[in-house]
Amino acid sequence: MNRFLWIIQKQHSGNESWSRLRLMLSSALRCLRPSTCTLALTRQLTHHRLHMGPVETTIQTKLAQALKPEHLEVMNESHMHAVPAGSESHFRVLVVSPQFEGLSLLQRHRLVNETLREELSSCVHALAIQAKTPQQWSSNPSLAKSPPCMGGSKHDNTMAEKLKAGRD
Amino acid sequence: MNSIIRSTARCLRSGAWQYRTAQNNGELLSGWARLMYSSSAGQKTLEEMVKKDKVVVFMKGTPAQPMCGFSNAVVQILRMHGVDSYAAYNVLDDQDIREGVKSFSNWPTIPQVFFNGEFVGGCDILLQMHQSGDLVEELQKLGIRSALLDQEKESK
Repeated sequence: MNRFLWIIQKQHSGNESWSRLRLMLSSALRCLRPSTCTLALTRQLTHHRLHMGPVETTIQTKLAQALKPEHLEVMNESHMHAVPAGSESHFRVLVVSPQFEGLSLLQRHRLVNETLREELSSCVHALAIQAKTPQQWSSNPSLAKSPPCMGGSKHDNTMAEKLKAGRD
Repeated sequence: MNSIIRSTARCLRSGAWQYRTAQNNGELLSGWARLMYSSSAGQKTLEEMVKKDKVVVFMKGTPAQPMCGFSNAVVQILRMHGVDSYAAYNVLDDQDIREGVKSFSNWPTIPQVFFNGEFVGGCDILLQMHQSGDLVEELQKLGIRSALLDQEKESK
């Protein structure tokens, strides 16, 4: 590649348009080369999907079976909180299901809580819920964000038990 | 307030017991069963707590110093609506209240918001009520005029 550019440079030395051409060629070739950044991101995502923790997997399975969602997202947000790396204690779920039709927000959230009763009484410390009907989701397909952690888990002496329950 | 509850709890508590179970590998587990807030007396105390004030919040930390992002979100939403006087109970100070309120409302997480003694929901529900405008209506039913209404008036 460099030799190629050198040859062209020799032929067109002193020509302004050469520098523009050189720039164009370099950036074109850079685009064709796989970006290491993209690869890293893909690897990260693949790593995450292949290494979904057991609690995350259970939550996904239970919600899918109980609520037959059209769209389901389960996010382990433990890394956003004051808990050790690799914890499965804080989750956010987005459930889009026709079963929520006609139900109030409270009723919908209770359905989700009931489905995950076991996890919530053992290792899951926090569960943020978005429960939408398919119509609500299609008119506003947005994922809510959890507020920043204020370190509450650090001062929470029950966390050790919950984290242990998650590891066992 | 918390000290009153704690001393009441001590009087009413009919005893806590310790149980041990052995797992196959011989590891011992122990747990304490506290009767206070699972007893009818405890439930009654919580019932009184949630009915005493129009707006009651069970949270981690205090409104001045929340110790949890979700609890802080509830505080911020109420502040936005101009709701400054409400009862806030810090569950980190009292494990009995923390477990008791979860069993009382059959809701597994903190924060918990009550309007006129009725359980409304947690942070997610309050946020959605705020975004949809329902919160203004609910506050109106409590006889509380949301500050957002005045802001809207000013902007017109």
